[in-house]
Amino acid sequence: MNKTRKLSKFTLTNIKCYGMIIVAFAVLYPMLKMNMISNKISGLLIPICAYIVMAISLNLTVGFLGELSLGHAGFMSVGAFSGVITVACMQSGLPAPVKLLAAIIIGGIMAGILGLIIGIPVIRLKGDYLAIVTLAFGEIIKNIINCLYIGVDGSGLHFSMKSAEALNLSDGKIILNGPQGAVGVSKIATFFAGVLLILFALFVVLNLVNSKTGRAVTAIRDNRIAAESVGINITKYKLTAFIISAVIAGMAGALYGLNFSTIAAKKFDFNTSILILVFVVLGGMGNIPGTIIATTLLYMLPEMLRQFSDYRMLIYAIVLILVMLATNSPRAKVFANKIVGIFKKNNETDGEGDVSNG
Amino acid sequence: MAKDKMVPVPSNSIVPERDVDKTPILETHHLGIDFGGLTAVDELTLAVGRTEIAGLIGPNGAGKTTVFNLLTNVYQPTRGTIMLDGKSTARKNTEQVNRMGIARTFQNIRLFSNMSVLDNVKVGLHNSIKQPLISSITRLFGYRASEKKSRDEAMELLKFFKMEDMANHQAGSLPYGAQRRLEIARALATHPGIILLDEPAAGMNPSETAELMENIRRIRDNFNIAVMLIEHDMNLVMNICEGICVLDHGKVIAKGTPEEIKSNPKVIEAYLGKKKEAK
Repeated sequence: MNKTRKLSKFTLTNIKCYGMIIVAFAVLYPMLKMNMISNKISGLLIPICAYIVMAISLNLTVGFLGELSLGHAGFMSVGAFSGVITVACMQSGLPAPVKLLAAIIIGGIMAGILGLIIGIPVIRLKGDYLAIVTLAFGEIIKNIINCLYIGVDGSGLHFSMKSAEALNLSDGKIILNGPQGAVGVSKIATFFAGVLLILFALFVVLNLVNSKTGRAVTAIRDNRIAAESVGINITKYKLTAFIISAVIAGMAGALYGLNFSTIAAKKFDFNTSILILVFVVLGGMGNIPGTIIATTLLYMLPEMLRQFSDYRMLIYAIVLILVMLATNSPRAKVFANKIVGIFKKNNETDGEGDVSNG
Repeated sequence: MAKDKMVPVPSNSIVPERDVDKTPILETHHLGIDFGGLTAVDELTLAVGRTEIAGLIGPNGAGKTTVFNLLTNVYQPTRGTIMLDGKSTARKNTEQVNRMGIARTFQNIRLFSNMSVLDNVKVGLHNSIKQPLISSITRLFGYRASEKKSRDEAMELLKFFKMEDMANHQAGSLPYGAQRRLEIARALATHPGIILLDEPAAGMNPSETAELMENIRRIRDNFNIAVMLIEHDMNLVMNICEGICVLDHGKVIAKGTPEEIKSNPKVIEAYLGKKKEAK
């Protein structure tokens, strides 16, 4: 009679994640179309989407691979500028969604290539050393893009590390103007595309975690020596997870970059990396639904606190500390378990589970 | 190597006397390792038969675990060679040596403690399950078949150790004895030709030890593989080992059957010390 099979943990996480995003979209999208959301909030929607994707991507590195990466904004940056350049190089006649898709794909590929280049030396390191080196790489990427001049004309792309004049453009336009960043970007990112990208990132990460590859990655996190002893190629799986994480971050970057008319490299600095890390840590390492909620709330919070003007960041910090205390205190855990217990009751009493479905 | 043989044998068929295939699966020749000026293991020459249960004993600090670390290439030997099934394991890393057919457990249990019991064994099956990255991500292209295969094989191994009802427990929350068994199950999942057990009975009570002895025999008989174990429990060693090697200060001081070892004066001296001359 046990028709309704017990939902596995995997299915449950999936329902939570996809459900959350789809419900949020179903509520917000009509409101957005009918102009029921204030400009302030609607302007936040796409960045939130991009940051949720970033947090999901970083959770793969920090939560599942167990390595602290402090340079994740670097991948976002590469994705953003590759995306902007892609769009600038494409014919203006093409429809915006096609351009956006191409930008996101190219952004992901470029970030993936960078992830491979950085990953090969970085993955050999452990713990704090890995964190420090990724931090350095993040800064290096920022500084390189800061002095990069890129222009396009009839004969193709022109690169220079000196100045805009050195590009020798005949009639084209400058895409990336050194420290000023990219100006005159076509704002083609949409909320709909953002939600699709979140769903894509969820699909990749959640499936990966529950597969042979994911088990190998988690095994390496839990006990590297034991993982080696059962024949798991440590370097291969660490690198795989790192590159996938970079690709998703690049895609998020492309979406983010195409949401603003100007975008500069200094936006993707150390603080951005830390911000994403805060989302992941407060959402729960290895906890994707938690990460999504944490990102949304923590990204909105500073905007909501604008009325406190000067005290904004102070209140933000206090809220962060309170959240940390609440999630770590044993009493709060007991309370949370009680609530979870009410829902789980029918799962534990195996046979009678069908009758009293809460 | 017994790749697919997992035929359950009735437990009364386990008899102490059986034909042991003594053709060596694992051989070492003049194996030695130095740590700086310290010679931890020296001139170690031994052979373990294909379906033999071999014991490696010796006083504390004799270099027993170092030998296991050498056999699994956690340390690269300074001198000598290791031959597995006639092939040298020189310049391989731990992961490659495991694929060649050596599995091991650890003195201080090393489980993937945040993963479920079933997942721990599935990780052990890693190299025998074909599932390319693309099917991992898309859950297509044979994903279901490969997951089902790994689940079935893992459950079969858990059943072998009577742990099937714990499959969904978190590995770190298991009682001590079950953690030891799980570690052995995970090692067996890699389809080894020889399994190295580092103090499997440490911290166990007599009844648990008796169960372990039974299990070790069953492992050998069902999977047709060699077992090599480090153990301080002489009752266990003398009862189940067909060949014993005694190490002291990194050197082999005796080799032979349990009877030969028991009566060997050098072994008694290493364990109990030299008789003082009467004054």
